[in-house]
Amino acid sequence: MSTHQLPEHPEFLWHNPEPKSSYDAVIVGGGGHGLATAYFLAKNHGMTNIAVLEKGWLAGGNMARNTTIIRSNYLWDESAAIYEHALKLWEVLPEELEYDFLFSQRGVMNLAHTLGDVRESVRRVGANKLNGVDAEWLDPQQVKELCPILNISDNIRYPVMGATYQPRAGIAKHDHVAWAFARKCDEMGVDIIQNCEVTGFLKDGNRVVGVKTNRGTINTEKVGLCAAGHSSVLAEMAGFRLPIQSHPLQALVSELHEPVHPTVVMSNHVHVYVSQAHKGELVMGAGVDSYNGYGQRGSFHVIEHQMAAAVELFPIFARAHVLRTWGGIVDTTLDASPIVGTTPVENMFVNCGWGTGGFKGTPAAGLTFAHTIATGAPHKLNKPFALERFETGALIDEHGAAAVAH
Amino acid sequence: MLLIPCPNCGPRDETEFHYGGQAHVAYPENPNELNDREWAEYLFYRENTKGTFAERWVHSTGCRQWFNMVRDTVTYDIQAVYQMGSPRPATAVPAAAESGTATTAANSTITLGDAASSTPASSISAPEGATK
Repeated sequence: MSTHQLPEHPEFLWHNPEPKSSYDAVIVGGGGHGLATAYFLAKNHGMTNIAVLEKGWLAGGNMARNTTIIRSNYLWDESAAIYEHALKLWEVLPEELEYDFLFSQRGVMNLAHTLGDVRESVRRVGANKLNGVDAEWLDPQQVKELCPILNISDNIRYPVMGATYQPRAGIAKHDHVAWAFARKCDEMGVDIIQNCEVTGFLKDGNRVVGVKTNRGTINTEKVGLCAAGHSSVLAEMAGFRLPIQSHPLQALVSELHEPVHPTVVMSNHVHVYVSQAHKGELVMGAGVDSYNGYGQRGSFHVIEHQMAAAVELFPIFARAHVLRTWGGIVDTTLDASPIVGTTPVENMFVNCGWGTGGFKGTPAAGLTFAHTIATGAPHKLNKPFALERFETGALIDEHGAAAVAH
Repeated sequence: MLLIPCPNCGPRDETEFHYGGQAHVAYPENPNELNDREWAEYLFYRENTKGTFAERWVHSTGCRQWFNMVRDTVTYDIQAVYQMGSPRPATAVPAAAESGTATTAANSTITLGDAASSTPASSISAPEGATK
């Protein structure tokens, strides 16, 4: 493994058009999910008279702030189906979008530190295999062979007792992913409008007919919300509620290092996830700050805790330095599964609740949400992720089940 | 790190506390009469206010008492701390915010001191109506 030279960017990425007075559909939120939705609306459903509205700059929210881990080793069938579909799309998208965003399938390891972890992990490997998701159980020696810098000794508080491993999982360059989608959207005629904040919705009875923005009113037949941590704020403007709580989620990078970390390691129990970016930074994340927050920053003790975990698992990191820390706002649901589907407002659709793991789902979110917006009915992959599940009780409880490191 | 003014112990680091989510969510008065939608509201739907928000905290490694706090979810400024069972105090919030919030009359947590709470609001799903 060696550090990669980043590929040259294309000559031209996207225009910055003025908003038109009306569109067939408006996507609120110009992050990965919004752009992917617009891409699939144009490509699969021929809807090109559409706009993506972004209140800041393109992909400057959670798309710029995540740790870029892509995997599909979720426990439950519904989750495995949608995340595995996403992973299959990740595998073909660089070619389809004609943009090498450095999807590196270096594998993801989820460590087990207790007997409970081991049982959960082995069960999840079995469930993954039944769902066609590549998964293996590794003993500590195999863990060490795949990731030599991991400390597998018995002399730590929570020794490594093994790990699940998904070889096809990996990381990608998040910014390049957004730019790749944006470029193709622009080519197909989609308007990408930055610095355009939605301030309200126009409704005719219970049907949405337009969007009020700081750059004027835009009439539209359909609205798709892709605003992650701000979904509740938009829903309130539109007159309905979402079962979402927004929390700060922090991540950090070290300075650049020689390649030392060949894969991605996640540990729920001592709670840190670590990879090494293409350029050489160690990229780490952990859990959310406990309180509700929209501040795009969290508390220092959360970082201190994840650093302690990282140094215990990777003693070589003890002399690395934290270069930058930052926070994003994640939209968590109580079952740790997303909400993709219709809303109580006619012609308004919502894609939210991806919480701490939305990046990996980007292509499938876009594909299924575009299908839902275009046809008015869910794709079979997002049907189980409807808002109604909180009433019917058909929750998809991935908390602790899915190797989800919250 | 937040510096949280515990009503019993004074200002302490956030690490001594645990978060309890939105304050003033009362257990349904007539649980047998709730339909699925209303149960969903009680179990899964909470305000997710961007701005001034009334929430519960417990001082886990101090007095181990629950209390309520009004905090801005954008600036993280703490605007008021008050006892369980007391109504939300007036802070820099539109007055309309008070009407929609139920008090914790049926809350199982400890009520301290003068707990003369206002009457519980009838609807658990009433929007807090505050702030963005």
